[in-house]
Amino acid sequence: MEVWAMQIFNGLSLSSILLLIALGLALYFGLMNVINLAHGEFIMIGAYTPYALQQLAQHFTGDPSPGITFLVAIPLSFLVAGMAGILVEQSVIRFLYRRPLDTLLATWGVGLFLQQLARSIFGAPNVQVVAPQWLSGGLSITADLLLPMKRLFIIGLVLVCLLGLYWYMYRTREGRRMRAVMQNREMASSLGVSTRRVDTLTFAVGSGLAGIAGCALTLIGPIGPSLGTFYIVDAFIVVILGGLGQIPGTILAAFIIGMLNTVFEFGTTAVAGKVLVFAAVILFLQWRPDGLARVKGR
Amino acid sequence: MNPASNVSGKIRWSVKIGDILTRWGPVLLIVVLLLIAPLLVSDFRLGLLGKFLAFAILAMSLNLIWGYGGMLSLGHGVFFGLGGYAMAMFLKMEAAGGKLPDFMFWSGLESLPFFWWPFQFAWFAFPMTFILPAVLGGGLGYMVFRSRITGVYFALITQALSLIVSIMFVGQQAYTGGTNGITNYSTILGFPVFSQSTQTVIYYISVGTLVGIYLIFHFALSSRFGRLLVAMRDDENRVRFMGYNPVMLKTLVFTVSCGVAGIAGALFVPQVGIISPTNMGILPSIEIAVWVAVGGRGTLMGPVIGAILVNSAKSGLSESFPLIWQFFLGGLFIGSVLLFPTGIVGFFKGDIRQTVRRLSLSQAKGQARALLHAGIGGVGKIWPNASFPWKP
Repeated sequence: MEVWAMQIFNGLSLSSILLLIALGLALYFGLMNVINLAHGEFIMIGAYTPYALQQLAQHFTGDPSPGITFLVAIPLSFLVAGMAGILVEQSVIRFLYRRPLDTLLATWGVGLFLQQLARSIFGAPNVQVVAPQWLSGGLSITADLLLPMKRLFIIGLVLVCLLGLYWYMYRTREGRRMRAVMQNREMASSLGVSTRRVDTLTFAVGSGLAGIAGCALTLIGPIGPSLGTFYIVDAFIVVILGGLGQIPGTILAAFIIGMLNTVFEFGTTAVAGKVLVFAAVILFLQWRPDGLARVKGR
Repeated sequence: MNPASNVSGKIRWSVKIGDILTRWGPVLLIVVLLLIAPLLVSDFRLGLLGKFLAFAILAMSLNLIWGYGGMLSLGHGVFFGLGGYAMAMFLKMEAAGGKLPDFMFWSGLESLPFFWWPFQFAWFAFPMTFILPAVLGGGLGYMVFRSRITGVYFALITQALSLIVSIMFVGQQAYTGGTNGITNYSTILGFPVFSQSTQTVIYYISVGTLVGIYLIFHFALSSRFGRLLVAMRDDENRVRFMGYNPVMLKTLVFTVSCGVAGIAGALFVPQVGIISPTNMGILPSIEIAVWVAVGGRGTLMGPVIGAILVNSAKSGLSESFPLIWQFFLGGLFIGSVLLFPTGIVGFFKGDIRQTVRRLSLSQAKGQARALLHAGIGGVGKIWPNASFPWKP
């Protein structure tokens, strides 16, 4: 019983990180029909932000002071990754909006570039971010069931991000414009919405979310220049299962994939788990080719 | 016969020769260069070139479905790898001489797994380098195309495939050799694999295969089938409404493409001496796309040129400056898409061939017409009331 509760909890924690990564991808695709293969590198940028911050603190005060730096790093990683996103969008992606397959290749190139950049700055070996003291230990539910604080924190962080995204999309003027462009680009444009601006902002938000995901990942294990590639394919599977560009579908799909991954892995091996999930998704698409959330035909 | 039509006839004829030369000239030049290469370059370089030829075949297979069919597969490394593993297993069992291959023995297997057993026979293993990837690709392709998964979805699904198959091959060490892959061959059909004469023969086989596949693709693509494929790339629904079945067409093309990728893998293995999951992962799979993009997608020669050029640059740069190579490769992805979407061949085709054409035929016509108009206009200006028996 405890074992299964633990598995479900782990599944939930994996789902929440996948969700944070996949939301950005879903936003880009819903708005601009673009898939960004450099998305994993925004995760990496977000993960190196707390590391760089701790290195700076270490340099100036002689103490990485993880308690404070980590809290500062969360919004900072959103900003840094978001800025990187704007840079990539402005320099590469905006020239390729009508060519989705070419965008795949160009953004992959951007990803390679960013990875190598990280390798030149921070070195190839993995590094460890010092976790804050207040996140050590766990919450014991029963005698055998101990939920690690770090993972609880990640789930909470993702919930906050989801609420923030909801607020942005449904309660702000920018969000309203974004939804308008998602529904009908030409009409929104003719009503005076600057679609270019919306595209850039959305890209920044999507990559910022990936940055937060990267920041959260530093709590789980060491980070390296190719950190993003471990999560990105799973995130793509989430986006495909959810229906490209559908946010409610993406949330459900992240939950399903995270759970399936954990359960299959527990039942068999890590590799067999991944294979089973892939097979399940392909079979599911036979039945519902548009993914979980079907776009209403017009 | 008036003299004007005679002149344009002459021009047409010369354009035709020019066309044939520009179309087949580079091909012939490359084939001749490849044929005499063993006399010109060192054995080491020849080995590299042979490897690049295998990559060129791989690039052609991707170009068939991407350049002509509009389906970008980011999983072609898998099919290349499957062909390679089929070949490698054959070589490995020949090296083991009837005993259990060493890596199986180390992993604690006691007898040969039944599915590897037939690979000790050349008549089985050689065709399998084509059939195995073709069947896997065809099966996956049918399922995917049947649900009308296209474009970006398709690319992402094939990318997931390459991740999954490569980690599967890493995980099943006893059956696949794990991370190390399959290596240490001794003979191929009784000849020592790595002797120079065998390598030269394999090199010529690679050249022959490349030319053969080039010709097959050329004739298939210039037939109705090729036109249908391109039509489907440009507007799938219209092709469907005309009564064709795009699902079967796509599945067929994808199957052939995967099989050809497998052949490339089979040619790669005896020349390089190893196949491992690093040849099948996400990065090697997407790199194939950059060879095609650099050379020129949707052209037959482009992928061959692209594969040879990019890999030459890679072996030159990555040995001496591994750091620069990564930046260079990233830049190549961005630049080939952003600045030169038609690739090298497209650049020259669009430029040189059209220049030849423009200069000789259409421009001559256009200039003549312009002169005529200017003349009549000039006459008109001087002689406002003049009437002409013909309309300019």
